[in-house]
Amino acid sequence: MESLDRFIENFADLFEETDCDTIKANTHFKELDEWSSLIALSVIAMIDEEYDVEFRGDDIRNSETVNDLYDAVMSRVE
Amino acid sequence: MANITFHNVGIRALSACVPHDVVYNKDLGYLIPDEEIEKVIDNIGIVERRIAADDVTASDLCFKAAQQLMHDNDINPESIDVLLFMSQTPDYRIPATSCILQHRLGLPKSTLCFDISLGCSGYIFALSTAFAYASMDGINRVLLLDGETFSKIVNRKDKVDWPLYGDAGTATLIEKGDFGDSSFFLNTDGSGEDDLKIHAGFRNPITPDSCVEREREDGNIRTDLEVFMDGMDVFNFAISKVPKSVKEVVNRAGKTIDDIDYLVFHQSNRFMMDFFVKKLKISPEKVPYCISKYGNTSSSSVPLTISSELSDRLDGDKTIVMSGFGAGLSWGSALIQTRDCKVSPVIEY
Repeated sequence: MESLDRFIENFADLFEETDCDTIKANTHFKELDEWSSLIALSVIAMIDEEYDVEFRGDDIRNSETVNDLYDAVMSRVE
Repeated sequence: MANITFHNVGIRALSACVPHDVVYNKDLGYLIPDEEIEKVIDNIGIVERRIAADDVTASDLCFKAAQQLMHDNDINPESIDVLLFMSQTPDYRIPATSCILQHRLGLPKSTLCFDISLGCSGYIFALSTAFAYASMDGINRVLLLDGETFSKIVNRKDKVDWPLYGDAGTATLIEKGDFGDSSFFLNTDGSGEDDLKIHAGFRNPITPDSCVEREREDGNIRTDLEVFMDGMDVFNFAISKVPKSVKEVVNRAGKTIDDIDYLVFHQSNRFMMDFFVKKLKISPEKVPYCISKYGNTSSSSVPLTISSELSDRLDGDKTIVMSGFGAGLSWGSALIQTRDCKVSPVIEY
Protein backbone atom coordinates (compact mmCIF):
# COMPACT_ATOMS: atom_id res chain seq x y z
CA MET A 1 0.00 0.00 0.00
CA GLU A 2 1.43 3.34 -1.09
CA SER A 3 1.64 5.90 1.67
CA LEU A 4 0.31 9.43 1.74
CA ASP A 5 3.87 10.76 2.08
CA ARG A 6 4.91 9.00 -1.08
CA PHE A 7 1.84 10.40 -2.90
CA ILE A 8 2.67 13.93 -1.76
CA GLU A 9 6.23 13.44 -3.01
CA ASN A 10 4.98 12.24 -6.42
CA PHE A 11 2.56 15.16 -6.57
CA ALA A 12 5.19 17.76 -5.58
CA ASP A 13 7.59 16.41 -8.24
CA LEU A 14 5.21 17.71 -10.91
CA PHE A 15 5.93 21.31 -9.95
CA GLU A 16 9.02 23.15 -11.10
CA GLU A 17 8.82 26.50 -9.38
CA THR A 18 6.88 25.63 -6.23
CA ASP A 19 8.96 24.72 -3.17
CA CYS A 20 8.23 21.02 -2.49
CA ASP A 21 8.25 21.65 1.26
CA THR A 22 5.22 23.91 0.98
CA ILE A 23 3.07 21.07 -0.41
CA LYS A 24 1.33 19.18 2.40
CA ALA A 25 -1.67 16.88 2.68
CA ASN A 26 -3.94 19.80 3.49
CA THR A 27 -2.61 22.09 0.73
CA HIS A 28 -5.38 23.52 -1.46
CA PHE A 29 -3.49 22.69 -4.63
CA LYS A 30 -5.63 24.74 -7.02
CA GLU A 31 -4.58 27.85 -5.10
CA LEU A 32 -0.88 27.27 -5.84
CA ASP A 33 0.48 29.94 -8.22
CA GLU A 34 1.92 27.27 -10.50
CA TRP A 35 -1.27 25.19 -10.71
CA SER A 36 -2.49 25.03 -14.34
CA SER A 37 -4.46 22.80 -16.67
CA LEU A 38 -1.14 21.35 -17.86
CA ILE A 39 -0.14 20.37 -14.33
CA ALA A 40 -3.58 18.76 -14.03
CA LEU A 41 -2.67 16.56 -17.00
CA SER A 42 0.62 15.67 -15.31
CA VAL A 43 -1.33 14.63 -12.21
CA ILE A 44 -3.50 12.31 -14.34
CA ALA A 45 -0.37 10.87 -16.00
CA MET A 46 1.41 10.40 -12.65
CA ILE A 47 -1.62 8.61 -11.16
CA ASP A 48 -1.82 6.33 -14.22
CA GLU A 49 1.89 5.52 -14.05
CA GLU A 50 2.39 5.19 -10.32
CA TYR A 51 -0.97 3.76 -9.24
CA ASP A 52 -2.47 2.34 -12.47
CA VAL A 53 -5.67 4.24 -11.72
CA GLU A 54 -7.75 6.02 -14.41
CA PHE A 55 -8.30 9.51 -13.04
CA ARG A 56 -10.97 11.64 -14.71
CA GLY A 57 -11.41 15.40 -14.95
CA ASP A 58 -14.19 15.30 -12.35
CA ASP A 59 -11.86 13.59 -9.86
CA ILE A 60 -9.61 16.64 -10.04
CA ARG A 61 -12.50 19.12 -10.14
CA ASN A 62 -14.06 17.50 -7.03
CA SER A 63 -10.79 17.52 -5.04
CA GLU A 64 -9.63 20.52 -3.04
CA THR A 65 -6.62 19.27 -1.10
CA VAL A 66 -3.79 16.88 -1.92
CA ASN A 67 -5.32 14.53 0.62
CA ASP A 68 -8.61 14.54 -1.36
CA LEU A 69 -6.66 13.40 -4.45
CA TYR A 70 -4.91 10.69 -2.43
CA ASP A 71 -8.23 9.40 -1.04
CA ALA A 72 -9.75 9.31 -4.54
CA VAL A 73 -6.78 7.31 -5.84
CA MET A 74 -6.71 4.91 -2.89
CA SER A 75 -10.44 4.21 -3.20
CA ARG A 76 -9.69 2.79 -6.66
CA VAL A 77 -6.37 1.01 -6.15
CA GLU A 78 -7.04 -2.68 -6.69
CA MET B 1 -14.16 -7.37 -31.53
CA ALA B 2 -12.83 -5.47 -34.53
CA ASN B 3 -9.47 -7.12 -35.05
CA ILE B 4 -8.84 -7.31 -38.79
CA THR B 5 -6.06 -8.63 -41.04
CA PHE B 6 -5.67 -7.88 -44.76
CA HIS B 7 -3.56 -9.79 -47.28
CA ASN B 8 -2.04 -8.49 -50.53
CA VAL B 9 -3.30 -4.93 -50.10
CA GLY B 10 -1.18 -1.92 -49.23
CA ILE B 11 -0.46 1.80 -49.40
CA ARG B 12 1.10 2.64 -52.75
CA ALA B 13 1.45 6.41 -52.30
CA LEU B 14 0.62 9.30 -50.00
CA SER B 15 0.59 13.11 -50.15
CA ALA B 16 -0.50 16.13 -48.10
CA CYS B 17 -1.38 19.79 -48.56
CA VAL B 18 -1.57 22.55 -45.94
CA PRO B 19 -2.88 26.11 -46.22
CA HIS B 20 -0.34 28.85 -46.94
CA ASP B 21 -1.31 31.06 -43.98
CA VAL B 22 0.63 30.52 -40.74
CA VAL B 23 -0.52 31.50 -37.24
CA TYR B 24 1.97 31.54 -34.37
CA ASN B 25 1.10 30.47 -30.85
CA LYS B 26 3.48 33.11 -29.46
CA ASP B 27 0.84 35.63 -30.59
CA LEU B 28 -1.83 34.22 -28.25
CA GLY B 29 -1.24 36.94 -25.63
CA TYR B 30 -4.92 37.91 -25.77
CA LEU B 31 -5.88 34.40 -24.61
CA ILE B 32 -3.05 33.20 -22.35
CA PRO B 33 -1.03 35.35 -19.90
CA ASP B 34 2.32 36.34 -21.48
CA GLU B 35 4.35 34.65 -18.74
CA GLU B 36 2.64 31.31 -19.45
CA ILE B 37 2.82 31.27 -23.26
CA GLU B 38 6.35 29.83 -23.50
CA LYS B 39 5.43 27.04 -21.11
CA VAL B 40 2.23 26.21 -22.98
CA ILE B 41 4.07 26.12 -26.33
CA ASP B 42 6.74 23.91 -24.77
CA ASN B 43 4.18 21.49 -23.30
CA ILE B 44 1.83 21.14 -26.26
CA GLY B 45 4.79 21.34 -28.65
CA ILE B 46 2.97 23.59 -31.13
CA VAL B 47 4.90 26.62 -32.36
CA GLU B 48 2.83 27.40 -35.43
CA ARG B 49 -0.19 26.13 -37.35
CA ARG B 50 -1.69 26.46 -40.83
CA ILE B 51 -5.12 28.00 -41.10
CA ALA B 52 -7.29 27.80 -44.22
CA ALA B 53 -8.63 31.03 -45.73
CA ASP B 54 -12.40 31.60 -45.42
CA ASP B 55 -13.02 30.32 -48.94
CA VAL B 56 -10.78 27.22 -48.66
CA THR B 57 -12.27 23.94 -47.41
CA ALA B 58 -10.88 20.57 -46.35
CA SER B 59 -11.91 19.20 -49.76
CA ASP B 60 -9.86 21.91 -51.52
CA LEU B 61 -6.77 20.84 -49.56
CA CYS B 62 -7.50 17.18 -50.33
CA PHE B 63 -8.09 17.96 -54.02
CA LYS B 64 -4.66 19.54 -54.30
CA ALA B 65 -3.02 16.67 -52.37
CA ALA B 66 -4.76 14.15 -54.67
CA GLN B 67 -3.64 16.00 -57.81
CA GLN B 68 -0.06 15.95 -56.49
CA LEU B 69 -0.24 12.23 -55.71
CA MET B 70 -1.66 11.41 -59.15
CA HIS B 71 0.96 13.57 -60.86
CA ASP B 72 3.93 12.22 -58.87
CA ASN B 73 2.91 8.60 -59.44
CA ASP B 74 1.50 8.91 -62.95
CA ILE B 75 -1.93 7.64 -61.88
CA ASN B 76 -4.63 7.56 -64.54
CA PRO B 77 -7.90 8.88 -63.00
CA GLU B 78 -9.74 6.12 -64.88
CA SER B 79 -7.91 3.55 -62.72
CA ILE B 80 -9.53 4.70 -59.44
CA ASP B 81 -12.44 2.45 -58.39
CA VAL B 82 -13.33 3.93 -54.99
CA LEU B 83 -13.00 7.43 -53.52
CA LEU B 84 -13.50 7.90 -49.78
CA PHE B 85 -13.58 11.35 -48.16
CA MET B 86 -12.98 11.29 -44.40
CA SER B 87 -13.79 14.59 -42.69
CA GLN B 88 -15.93 16.30 -40.07
CA THR B 89 -15.69 19.58 -41.98
CA PRO B 90 -17.28 18.65 -45.34
CA ASP B 91 -18.28 21.21 -48.00
CA TYR B 92 -22.04 20.79 -47.51
CA ARG B 93 -24.50 18.83 -45.41
CA ILE B 94 -25.86 17.46 -48.70
CA PRO B 95 -24.41 16.13 -51.01
CA ALA B 96 -21.47 14.07 -49.79
CA THR B 97 -18.21 15.86 -50.60
CA SER B 98 -16.71 12.68 -52.11
CA CYS B 99 -19.20 13.02 -55.01
CA ILE B 100 -18.00 16.57 -55.71
CA LEU B 101 -14.37 15.39 -55.57
CA GLN B 102 -15.08 12.54 -58.03
CA HIS B 103 -16.16 15.08 -60.64
CA ARG B 104 -13.45 17.60 -59.79
CA LEU B 105 -10.67 15.01 -60.01
CA GLY B 106 -12.00 13.66 -63.30
CA LEU B 107 -12.63 10.17 -61.93
CA PRO B 108 -14.96 7.93 -63.94
CA LYS B 109 -18.69 7.83 -63.20
CA SER B 110 -18.21 4.18 -62.27
CA THR B 111 -16.36 5.33 -59.10
CA LEU B 112 -17.87 4.30 -55.76
CA CYS B 113 -17.87 7.41 -53.54
CA PHE B 114 -18.98 8.16 -50.01
CA ASP B 115 -17.98 10.22 -47.01
CA ILE B 116 -16.84 8.92 -43.63
CA SER B 117 -17.30 11.04 -40.49
CA LEU B 118 -15.20 10.41 -37.40
CA GLY B 119 -12.94 12.41 -35.09
CA CYS B 120 -9.18 12.26 -34.67
CA SER B 121 -9.22 8.45 -34.98
CA GLY B 122 -10.81 8.78 -38.42
CA TYR B 123 -7.82 8.03 -40.65
CA ILE B 124 -7.22 4.61 -39.11
CA PHE B 125 -10.89 3.63 -39.46
CA ALA B 126 -11.15 5.05 -43.00
CA LEU B 127 -7.93 3.27 -43.96
CA SER B 128 -9.44 -0.02 -42.80
CA THR B 129 -12.45 0.70 -45.05
CA ALA B 130 -10.10 1.46 -47.95
CA PHE B 131 -8.19 -1.80 -47.35
CA ALA B 132 -11.49 -3.71 -47.17
CA TYR B 133 -12.66 -2.37 -50.55
CA ALA B 134 -9.24 -2.94 -52.12
CA SER B 135 -9.41 -6.57 -50.94
CA MET B 136 -12.63 -7.21 -52.88
CA ASP B 137 -12.84 -8.75 -56.32
CA GLY B 138 -13.62 -5.98 -58.80
CA ILE B 139 -11.78 -3.24 -56.90
CA ASN B 140 -8.12 -2.52 -57.57
CA ARG B 141 -7.50 1.04 -56.37
CA VAL B 142 -8.97 3.15 -53.58
CA LEU B 143 -8.22 6.85 -53.14
CA LEU B 144 -8.67 7.92 -49.50
CA LEU B 145 -8.85 11.69 -48.97
CA ASP B 146 -8.66 12.75 -45.32
CA GLY B 147 -8.85 16.46 -44.57
CA GLU B 148 -9.95 18.74 -41.77
CA THR B 149 -10.33 22.48 -41.22
CA PHE B 150 -10.93 22.64 -37.48
CA SER B 151 -10.04 26.35 -37.59
CA LYS B 152 -13.60 26.81 -38.86
CA ILE B 153 -15.21 25.04 -35.88
CA VAL B 154 -12.99 26.21 -33.00
CA ASN B 155 -13.57 29.54 -31.29
CA ARG B 156 -10.50 31.78 -31.18
CA LYS B 157 -11.39 32.68 -27.56
CA ASP B 158 -11.33 29.03 -26.42
CA LYS B 159 -7.99 28.58 -24.68
CA VAL B 160 -8.28 24.77 -24.53
CA ASP B 161 -8.84 24.20 -28.26
CA TRP B 162 -7.59 27.20 -30.21
CA PRO B 163 -3.84 26.79 -29.44
CA LEU B 164 -4.05 23.17 -30.68
CA TYR B 165 -5.78 22.92 -34.01
CA GLY B 166 -4.51 23.41 -37.55
CA ASP B 167 -5.84 22.55 -41.02
CA ALA B 168 -4.63 20.02 -43.59
CA GLY B 169 -5.73 17.76 -46.44
CA THR B 170 -4.16 14.44 -47.41
CA ALA B 171 -4.42 11.74 -50.07
CA THR B 172 -3.58 8.04 -49.71
CA LEU B 173 -3.65 5.54 -52.56
CA ILE B 174 -4.45 1.97 -51.52
CA GLU B 175 -4.22 -0.91 -54.01
CA LYS B 176 -3.85 -4.64 -54.51
CA GLY B 177 -0.26 -5.87 -54.76
CA ASP B 178 2.56 -7.88 -53.30
CA PHE B 179 2.33 -6.42 -49.79
CA GLY B 180 2.87 -8.07 -46.40
CA ASP B 181 -0.17 -8.50 -44.12
CA SER B 182 -1.63 -5.45 -42.42
CA SER B 183 -3.67 -5.51 -39.19
CA PHE B 184 -6.17 -3.18 -37.61
CA PHE B 185 -7.47 -3.09 -34.04
CA LEU B 186 -10.44 -0.69 -33.76
CA ASN B 187 -12.41 0.34 -30.67
CA THR B 188 -15.29 2.54 -29.53
CA ASP B 189 -16.72 3.77 -26.21
CA GLY B 190 -19.78 5.94 -26.77
CA SER B 191 -20.20 6.53 -23.03
CA GLY B 192 -17.64 9.30 -23.57
CA GLU B 193 -19.77 11.17 -26.16
CA ASP B 194 -19.71 14.38 -24.11
CA ASP B 195 -15.92 14.60 -23.79
CA LEU B 196 -15.47 16.08 -27.27
CA LYS B 197 -18.58 17.51 -28.86
CA ILE B 198 -20.28 20.09 -31.03
CA HIS B 199 -23.69 20.52 -29.43
CA ALA B 200 -25.70 21.70 -32.45
CA GLY B 201 -26.97 19.16 -34.98
CA PHE B 202 -30.27 17.43 -35.45
CA ARG B 203 -30.58 16.38 -31.78
CA ASN B 204 -30.24 20.06 -30.89
CA PRO B 205 -31.46 21.86 -34.03
CA ILE B 206 -29.59 24.94 -35.19
CA THR B 207 -31.36 28.23 -34.39
CA PRO B 208 -30.14 31.84 -34.41
CA ASP B 209 -29.27 31.26 -30.75
CA SER B 210 -26.77 28.53 -31.74
CA CYS B 211 -24.58 31.25 -33.28
CA VAL B 212 -24.37 33.32 -30.09
CA GLU B 213 -20.98 33.31 -28.31
CA ARG B 214 -21.30 32.48 -24.62
CA GLU B 215 -18.85 32.26 -21.76
CA ARG B 216 -18.45 28.60 -20.76
CA GLU B 217 -16.23 26.68 -18.30
CA ASP B 218 -13.08 28.49 -17.11
CA GLY B 219 -13.92 31.61 -19.11
CA ASN B 220 -13.72 29.87 -22.48
CA ILE B 221 -16.01 31.37 -25.10
CA ARG B 222 -17.79 29.50 -27.86
CA THR B 223 -21.07 29.06 -29.73
CA ASP B 224 -23.07 25.81 -29.92
CA LEU B 225 -21.64 25.35 -33.44
CA GLU B 226 -18.08 25.10 -32.12
CA VAL B 227 -16.04 22.29 -30.56
CA PHE B 228 -15.92 21.64 -26.82
CA MET B 229 -13.26 19.40 -25.33
CA ASP B 230 -12.84 18.24 -21.74
CA GLY B 231 -9.06 18.21 -21.88
CA MET B 232 -8.57 16.19 -18.69
CA ASP B 233 -11.05 13.45 -19.61
CA VAL B 234 -9.69 13.14 -23.14
CA PHE B 235 -6.15 12.97 -21.77
CA ASN B 236 -7.13 10.27 -19.29
CA PHE B 237 -8.90 8.34 -22.08
CA ALA B 238 -5.90 8.57 -24.40
CA ILE B 239 -3.21 7.55 -21.94
CA SER B 240 -5.26 4.60 -20.72
CA LYS B 241 -6.21 3.29 -24.19
CA VAL B 242 -3.59 4.26 -26.76
CA PRO B 243 -0.44 2.46 -25.51
CA LYS B 244 -2.51 -0.71 -24.93
CA SER B 245 -4.00 -0.46 -28.42
CA VAL B 246 -0.54 -0.15 -29.99
CA LYS B 247 0.72 -3.16 -28.02
CA GLU B 248 -2.37 -5.15 -29.01
CA VAL B 249 -2.04 -4.58 -32.76
CA VAL B 250 1.68 -5.36 -32.63
CA ASN B 251 1.19 -8.54 -30.58
CA ARG B 252 -1.66 -9.79 -32.74
CA ALA B 253 0.54 -9.36 -35.83
CA GLY B 254 3.09 -11.61 -34.14
CA LYS B 255 5.64 -8.80 -33.86
CA THR B 256 7.31 -6.81 -31.09
CA ILE B 257 7.72 -3.08 -30.56
CA ASP B 258 11.33 -3.45 -31.76
CA ASP B 259 10.09 -4.72 -35.15
CA ILE B 260 8.41 -1.39 -35.86
CA ASP B 261 10.28 0.97 -38.18
CA TYR B 262 8.00 3.94 -37.47
CA LEU B 263 5.20 4.58 -34.98
CA VAL B 264 2.99 7.44 -36.15
CA PHE B 265 0.62 8.86 -33.58
CA HIS B 266 -2.28 11.19 -34.17
CA GLN B 267 -0.55 14.51 -33.39
CA SER B 268 -2.68 15.42 -30.37
CA ASN B 269 -0.13 17.35 -28.34
CA ARG B 270 3.52 16.70 -27.56
CA PHE B 271 3.09 16.13 -23.85
CA MET B 272 0.68 13.27 -24.56
CA MET B 273 2.82 11.71 -27.32
CA ASP B 274 5.93 11.89 -25.14
CA PHE B 275 3.97 9.99 -22.49
CA PHE B 276 3.10 7.25 -25.03
CA VAL B 277 6.72 6.96 -26.14
CA LYS B 278 7.86 6.57 -22.55
CA LYS B 279 5.14 4.08 -21.71
CA LEU B 280 5.78 1.93 -24.80
CA LYS B 281 9.57 2.08 -24.30
CA ILE B 282 10.07 2.73 -28.02
CA SER B 283 13.10 4.55 -29.30
CA PRO B 284 12.07 8.22 -29.85
CA GLU B 285 13.73 8.38 -33.29
CA LYS B 286 11.13 5.89 -34.54
CA VAL B 287 8.32 8.26 -33.60
CA PRO B 288 8.04 11.18 -36.05
CA TYR B 289 6.39 14.42 -34.91
CA CYS B 290 5.23 17.29 -37.13
CA ILE B 291 3.09 18.93 -34.47
CA SER B 292 5.43 21.90 -33.94
CA LYS B 293 4.82 23.03 -37.55
CA TYR B 294 1.19 22.09 -38.12
CA GLY B 295 -0.49 21.59 -34.73
CA ASN B 296 -3.24 19.02 -34.24
CA THR B 297 -4.92 18.56 -37.64
CA SER B 298 -7.43 15.99 -36.31
CA SER B 299 -7.72 12.82 -38.41
CA SER B 300 -5.42 14.12 -41.16
CA SER B 301 -2.48 14.32 -38.72
CA VAL B 302 -1.30 10.72 -39.26
CA PRO B 303 -0.89 10.96 -43.07
CA LEU B 304 0.35 14.57 -42.72
CA THR B 305 3.10 13.36 -40.38
CA ILE B 306 4.11 10.66 -42.87
CA SER B 307 4.23 13.20 -45.72
CA SER B 308 6.10 15.75 -43.60
CA GLU B 309 8.63 13.50 -41.84
CA LEU B 310 8.95 10.26 -43.85
CA SER B 311 8.87 11.44 -47.47
CA ASP B 312 12.29 9.97 -48.30
CA ARG B 313 12.31 7.10 -45.80
CA LEU B 314 9.82 4.53 -47.03
CA ASP B 315 11.84 2.81 -49.75
CA GLY B 316 11.89 -0.97 -49.56
CA ASP B 317 9.91 -2.88 -46.92
CA LYS B 318 8.86 -1.04 -43.76
CA THR B 319 6.60 -1.83 -40.84
CA ILE B 320 4.62 1.20 -39.73
CA VAL B 321 2.22 1.36 -36.81
CA MET B 322 -0.36 4.17 -36.87
CA SER B 323 -2.56 5.11 -33.93
CA GLY B 324 -5.53 7.49 -33.82
CA PHE B 325 -7.86 8.44 -30.96
CA GLY B 326 -10.50 11.06 -30.32
CA ALA B 327 -14.17 12.04 -30.27
CA GLY B 328 -16.68 9.23 -29.89
CA LEU B 329 -14.81 8.11 -27.96
CA SER B 330 -13.04 6.19 -30.68
CA TRP B 331 -9.54 4.77 -30.95
CA GLY B 332 -7.64 2.40 -33.19
CA SER B 333 -4.21 1.25 -34.24
CA ALA B 334 -3.00 -0.28 -37.49
CA LEU B 335 0.16 -2.17 -38.34
CA ILE B 336 0.85 -1.56 -42.03
CA GLN B 337 3.62 -3.23 -44.03
CA THR B 338 4.69 -0.92 -46.85
CA ARG B 339 6.75 -1.72 -49.93
CA ASP B 340 8.37 1.19 -51.79
CA CYS B 341 5.64 3.54 -50.63
CA LYS B 342 5.94 6.79 -52.58
CA VAL B 343 5.47 9.70 -50.20
CA SER B 344 5.23 13.18 -51.72
CA PRO B 345 6.49 16.03 -49.50
CA VAL B 346 3.90 18.44 -48.06
CA ILE B 347 2.72 21.11 -50.51
CA GLU B 348 0.98 24.43 -49.83
CA TYR B 349 -2.42 25.57 -51.01
